[in-house]
Amino acid sequence: MHEPRLITAGEAIREATDLAMAADPSVVLMGEGVADPKAIFGTTANLSQKYGPQRVIELPLSENGFTGIAIGAAMNGLRPIIVHQRVEFCLLAMEQLVNNAAKIHYVSNGAHRAPIVVRLIVGRGWGQGPAHSQSLEALFAHIPGLKVVMPSSAADAKGMLLASIQDDSPVIFIEHRWVHYVKGHVPPGMQTVPLDGPHRLREGDAVTVVSNSYLTLETIRAAEELAKEGIAADHFDLRVIRPLNVAPIVESVRRTGRLVTVDTGFMTYGIGAEIVSRVMEQCCMQMRASPRRLGLPEYPTPSSRSLAAAYYPRSPDIAAAIAEVAGAPAARIASLRSTLSADRESVPLDIPHHSFQGPF
Amino acid sequence: MNITAIAPKPPETPVIAASAGPLALYRAMLRIRLIEEEIANRYSAQEMRCPVHLSIGQEATAVGACAALRTDDQIVSSHRSHGTYLAKGGDLNAMMAEIYGRETGCCGGRGGSMHLFDDRVGVLASVPIVGSFIALGTGAALSFRHANQDRVCIVFLGDGAIEEGIFHESANFAALKKLPVIFFIENNGYSCYTNLEDRQPVRPLADVARAHGMPSVQIDGNDVMAVYAATSPAVARARAGLGPTLIVADTYRWREHCGPNYDNDIGYRTPQEFESWRARCPVETMGANLMAQGTLTKTAQAELATEIGAEIDAAFQFAIGSAFPDPATARDHVYA
Ligand SMILES: Cc1ncc(C[n+]2csc(CCOP(=O)(O)OP(=O)(O)O)c2C)c(N)n1
Ligand SMILES: [Mg+2]
Repeated sequence: MHEPRLITAGEAIREATDLAMAADPSVVLMGEGVADPKAIFGTTANLSQKYGPQRVIELPLSENGFTGIAIGAAMNGLRPIIVHQRVEFCLLAMEQLVNNAAKIHYVSNGAHRAPIVVRLIVGRGWGQGPAHSQSLEALFAHIPGLKVVMPSSAADAKGMLLASIQDDSPVIFIEHRWVHYVKGHVPPGMQTVPLDGPHRLREGDAVTVVSNSYLTLETIRAAEELAKEGIAADHFDLRVIRPLNVAPIVESVRRTGRLVTVDTGFMTYGIGAEIVSRVMEQCCMQMRASPRRLGLPEYPTPSSRSLAAAYYPRSPDIAAAIAEVAGAPAARIASLRSTLSADRESVPLDIPHHSFQGPF
Repeated sequence: MNITAIAPKPPETPVIAASAGPLALYRAMLRIRLIEEEIANRYSAQEMRCPVHLSIGQEATAVGACAALRTDDQIVSSHRSHGTYLAKGGDLNAMMAEIYGRETGCCGGRGGSMHLFDDRVGVLASVPIVGSFIALGTGAALSFRHANQDRVCIVFLGDGAIEEGIFHESANFAALKKLPVIFFIENNGYSCYTNLEDRQPVRPLADVARAHGMPSVQIDGNDVMAVYAATSPAVARARAGLGPTLIVADTYRWREHCGPNYDNDIGYRTPQEFESWRARCPVETMGANLMAQGTLTKTAQAELATEIGAEIDAAFQFAIGSAFPDPATARDHVYA
């Protein structure tokens, strides 16, 4: 038996892809840049050398076309993994994903399957701006028939990618670029992590907190500091955006009576909106405070660092929101905010902070 | 709404006075080269905090093509847009300030290097989603037709962008409606680190035009006079209402796909290939030709470089000295 090793989520994704390709010759990897020297930020490194151009297919710039090509091939038994270096490039392929991938099983009365995985990378930082840093998971999560997965740890990145590849439904696998750097203990071999819903990261009885993707890391930091202040968050990493398993969250809110959601996308019609409404449908009478959502404000991502600084929720904002919902006094909230800000602002806000690199 | 009412007041002079002769084209190329080299030099200071896609080595395409346009004509381009923006007369200060994320930038700091525009001189938009802008340029041509104007739009696209469906959809529509648009392919042989042969079947790129029933021409994109000579009749044809043309200009990107460095060592192209293109530098070749003809002297060349250098210094100073946008304005302009 091998011990779990400390690797980054980016390395874990490469490892999962390699294992899946070795185990199943029907798995093919397709994308713009999968076989180039940069290899999608290293996440497909050396796979083209190992499996050859028949299985690691470098693609022309034709997103909607090649997504349909992958779906057609999947209907005949291939298991394509498509990679886009940014979420935005996949917007060109929405037609195929929404009209074909999401529906082919249903429309054929269960006869056809489209077992594709679409890896999307959310950019952030370094002024990438309005067309290279959007978190659009809610768009995909709106569609019945698609599964949407967003890992925040190295172990989940590996295990959930393996599970996504084995899944017979189309899976949109969304990787935040800053999650790629996160280190964690990852078990070797073909160990899948089921796509079954939220994972509790910290147990507490004060406030239920549900975060996803990179913001889970900011929330971990916030929850640590809150714990020192005696505010115990019951913290869940959502992981699977669709199908949404809200049961553990509802169970938690029944105890805490308080709910904060922290997600990487826009708030309006967003993931937090969905979680809050599901929870309210089931345990509205047990609420002790109004629920609170954190997410992106109602405007596109600006490039300039002075405009982008206030754009993303960070650990101080998250801690303050949780403390407010917990009913903490203003002075304590202010001191929490300043402790976390001092820590966070020690590096420029447009690059990832070292405290978010794990291991977790 | 009356479209003529919102069009910027067109000065009647061309942007780069092609009539002023080859020397003006040389100067415009040299200027773009020196500006981008200064960006590359200063990038490591980490004050230009946005991705930059330099067009060093490709100056002749932007300059030769824009020289065939009037100021009230328009262009659209992609992520690699500094050269086309400058060649069309885009404001240097506003470009540098945008790259530095300042409020005086052309987008007020919202876009960064990949979203340049300058309405005064017909730089309609640059959009960093590959192919996205091709339809915008075609739509600009539709608006000229609608307003009964004799303006023209050049769409600058890469060899990668013609793989996108939107190119073919736009080309079909433009040919069908005989729109005043020119599809100008800056063929540098690569999409990021993938060469043309790994993305498209071997056939002359210019042949693609036949499928859409439009004329095309393939030219040496490092020869500014050849670019100008090929673009001028295409512009005249578009202006006369005879429809679109496809121009394929072969050229080469010297630096890495994105960023200030050279990347001939990472394995997707050979140093020999790079050297063979560097030997065909569009700026140096033109300079040498002008000297051979006696139009340019060493002293005049040095004076040009000094004069442009002073302009560049001032532009960097302007950018660095400008304020960052006020965070309170971040919510402005979500709706018109
Ligand atoms: C729709 C879309 N897909 C992929 C990308 C990523 N991307 C940015 S530039 C580029 C290469 C484009 O090649 P080309 O059109 O030849 O322009 P060049 O970079 O060579 O100037 C790619 C693939 C993108 N921006 N948009
Ligand atoms: Mg190219």
